[in-house]
Amino acid sequence: MKHILKIMALLVAVAGIWISLLETSVVPRSYTWLLPVYLVVSLGCYGLLMVGVGLMLFPTCPQEASLLQKVALVIMFISDQFCAQIPAFSG
Amino acid sequence: MSIKMRRKKKKYSIIIPTYNERLNIALVVYLVFKHLQDFEFEVIIVDDGSPDGTQDVIKQLQNVYGEDRVLLRARPKKLGLGTAYYHGLKHASGDFIIIMDADLSHHPKYLPSFIRKQMETGASIVTGTRYVRNGGVHGWNLIRKLTSRGANVLAQTLLWPGVSDLTGSFRLYERKAFEDIISSVVSKGYVFQMEMIVRASRKGYQIEEVPITFVDRVYGSSKLGGSEILEYLKGLVYLLITT
Repeated sequence: MKHILKIMALLVAVAGIWISLLETSVVPRSYTWLLPVYLVVSLGCYGLLMVGVGLMLFPTCPQEASLLQKVALVIMFISDQFCAQIPAFSG
Repeated sequence: MSIKMRRKKKKYSIIIPTYNERLNIALVVYLVFKHLQDFEFEVIIVDDGSPDGTQDVIKQLQNVYGEDRVLLRARPKKLGLGTAYYHGLKHASGDFIIIMDADLSHHPKYLPSFIRKQMETGASIVTGTRYVRNGGVHGWNLIRKLTSRGANVLAQTLLWPGVSDLTGSFRLYERKAFEDIISSVVSKGYVFQMEMIVRASRKGYQIEEVPITFVDRVYGSSKLGGSEILEYLKGLVYLLITT
């Protein structure tokens, strides 16, 4: 099943629960009307939380960069030495 | 006859698209050969007519390593990443396709871990992820990390992709899986990578992850501007609707 249909089905299910809550008045109506707003705000807060936590725990690897720089420098040094010995390149 | 002799050795085709990577490509190829000594492989370099002499460097590498191990399959001009992989695939003779970048952001030392993971799990796809514990990035400032994390959370919420790193381009695919998925992908740039992995997930392929480190550009610079962000958002909506 296409993904968008799964999301639609989920939204329809949530809408169904909301309408049934409105109809049966288990929870006072004034609260029930605002339920979608609460859900959207909670989703937004959850998203921001995930971004914040992810940012704090963002894995970094500075040691990899220094290793790579060393390898690059060695190769450049070797190739410079090599080129200096070839008349075509150094002449 | 022992089991080892009966089981044919698997061959890995490593496709590396290049454009103006004269400084990096020799180092990448050297490191690939250094880390994959125990495996059978070929390196297919798809160069899009680089004006900086990248193809001359590759021809020198062919002299060193052999034209059967380093293949240059050039194209006349920049024709896009997705088509570069497809072009490389046509010349590949391996059972597995590995894609990676030429700018040293992907270190070839992780190649054995991709292969081992695939052997252990029998997965169709092994993708490198920068966002888990033993992975990581270097060279990103706070804004870049924020953008990346925000984009990732948005994509996870909307698409439920089943992988932690959607835009990564360091991946191993079973050849059949690669051929199957790439034929249904239409996006360009890094949205191509997103579409590949999301379509693979929708088609039910087994996808495993390995941690990788990503060092942003030893030589040169990469950019993330407004147009890339817009492209990303359009890609997300497209994937949301069509997969």
